Amino acid sequence: MEYFVQLLLGGLTRGSIYALIALGYTMVYGIIELINFAHGEIYMIGAFTALIVSSVLTLYGFNEFAILVLASLIAVIYSASYGFTVEKIAYKPLRSAPRLSPLISAIGMSIFLQNYVLLAQTSDFLPFPALIPEFNFLKNYEHVFSSSELVIVLTTVIVMTILTLLIKFTKIGKAMRATAQDKKMAMLVGINVNRIISVTFIIGSSLAAIGGILIASHIGQINFNIGFIAGIKAFTAAVLGGIGSIPGAVLGGFVLGWTESFATGYVSSDYEDVFAFALLVLILIFRPAGILSVKCEV
Amino acid sequence: MKCIMNKSCVTIFIIVVISLTLSCTKPDSQPVKVGVAGPHSGDLASYGLPSVKAAELVINEINEKGGVLGKKIELLIEDDVCKPELATNTATKLVSQNVHIILGHICSGATKAALGIYKDSKIPAISPSATNPALTQSGDYPNFFRTIASDDAQAKLEVDFALDVLKLKKIAVLHDKGDYGKGLAEFAKSFIEESGRAELVLYEGITPGAVDYSAVVQKIKASGAGAVIYGGYHPEASKIVMLMRKKKMDTILISDDGVKDITFIKVAGEYAEGVYATGPKDVSMNPLAIKANEAHKKTYGSDPGAFFLNAYAAVQAILNAIEKAGSTDYDKVTKALRTEYVETPLGKIRFDEKGDAIGVGFSMFQVKNGKYVEIN
Repeated sequence: MEYFVQLLLGGLTRGSIYALIALGYTMVYGIIELINFAHGEIYMIGAFTALIVSSVLTLYGFNEFAILVLASLIAVIYSASYGFTVEKIAYKPLRSAPRLSPLISAIGMSIFLQNYVLLAQTSDFLPFPALIPEFNFLKNYEHVFSSSELVIVLTTVIVMTILTLLIKFTKIGKAMRATAQDKKMAMLVGINVNRIISVTFIIGSSLAAIGGILIASHIGQINFNIGFIAGIKAFTAAVLGGIGSIPGAVLGGFVLGWTESFATGYVSSDYEDVFAFALLVLILIFRPAGILSVKCEV
Repeated sequence: MKCIMNKSCVTIFIIVVISLTLSCTKPDSQPVKVGVAGPHSGDLASYGLPSVKAAELVINEINEKGGVLGKKIELLIEDDVCKPELATNTATKLVSQNVHIILGHICSGATKAALGIYKDSKIPAISPSATNPALTQSGDYPNFFRTIASDDAQAKLEVDFALDVLKLKKIAVLHDKGDYGKGLAEFAKSFIEESGRAELVLYEGITPGAVDYSAVVQKIKASGAGAVIYGGYHPEASKIVMLMRKKKMDTILISDDGVKDITFIKVAGEYAEGVYATGPKDVSMNPLAIKANEAHKKTYGSDPGAFFLNAYAAVQAILNAIEKAGSTDYDKVTKALRTEYVETPLGKIRFDEKGDAIGVGFSMFQVKNGKYVEIN
């Protein structure tokens, strides 16, 4: 039973990691129907920025909490500006082009950013400091569920809730939904579509940065390539949950995380990916648009 | 002037030149012929050329001192481009030139192809770099020796260490599904099963680069393994060891030279303490190795390349064996290779019955205070 609970919690953490990144994929897809392959790279850049900022702040003797807040804040702003710029450079000029063109442009952007960080930083793995403090109340349960795992799961749920509320009940959320439904019509009724798309990219990139910081701090190491596999898995989670749907991305992440965790725990880690993708195929056969396929929610 | 164009005149000229060069050497001493075979052109030339240089360095030095058994040593250098199909041609050519002993080949595939030809002609061959375990362990090639540890040497050392030093009863083996990691893990698995002294409680491949290994770590915990033998590289090893320590597990991690890397300690930090990893024996302090490297720098103006010291040791072993055997006779030389120790840059070595060098290979290292320390 304990083994089962541990696998369940392990899967939950892993799923939350996927979900945090998947949220960005799903939002962008919901608005402009583009699979933003550079999203994983934004996540990686967020982690790198946090590492640089926290190293500098540690040098100046800031306390742990200040480092966590400042590093996260700067990483979020920096990544958001990257997301904004990537959209302006790589996607905006192609908005009326066939759908394949921005997709290729996204892949190009992903490769560019990866190699840019590789050249500007290093190809080596770098140690990432444990920014998330150890909570005292979890001291006796740490071998089952650590503080960083708790923070990751909580952040995912909170972020999902805020995003859902934002889209359902705010003016900008309404504008987002309108843009997602029909860009031309939204423009006609006076919505600044370009601004809405930029905002979407900024929110998505900020989430990726938050994910990057939490995950890097949990795993304890980063390199220029971490965005690739995380991005692929998160994309899978988004498709699994129903791309375009915010709760879907989180649910997809959890389902993927649990499948992998239990496949490893009860079968063999050799077949981890086999099970994960077999499940994806199965779900897409029976629900082609994903588990929570909702049209035009974002 | 008309004479130069004349055919018979040229023939006479050639004969005169040849007889002149022949008369330079002592008339009755046939030189000892050492064949050097390996890739000297193509993609893998960088693996083969350092051996040629090692052979030249050692042999020039010995020839200056008057050679071996009073005879000069002659090098016959042949290119096999690392290809088995060409290696047979190379071997046949060297055999037809009456070589006494071979340094080579470099690549395992090419070595295997050539060995049969040398075996039929009773010529011993010493490779500085062919690591395929079967070359020695199959027993098919009694004429084969090597100055490098075979591919399974690390796995053997890891398992022996876990069984004999740590005295463990339950061992888990993990790998990263790659050629290198899985290869090692498979050897480790078979060694544990053959020994019958410990139980293999878990054998699995993990996905490199995955965001989280908590499920497999829980599985290790549930298996009750005393140690994990991991075949792979340091990024995954550090993630696994960090996760195990965070989950309050004191399971020992034993790994390979893919983990014996300073980055591993840098990334895993305090969690790296106590981790075991095998790595090539440290010969940088060996005076002969220092001397050999300096000689290379002096002669060729650059640092030596791959397998240089292994080749250097191989040539020294060859010459030592001929010297001790008192002739170039196959049986006497192979016996001398197996019985006579020789001081080389790799340490004091001789060869075992199967042809692997004793005293060459890997040592166990442990992380202590943020550094890898060799365990004796």
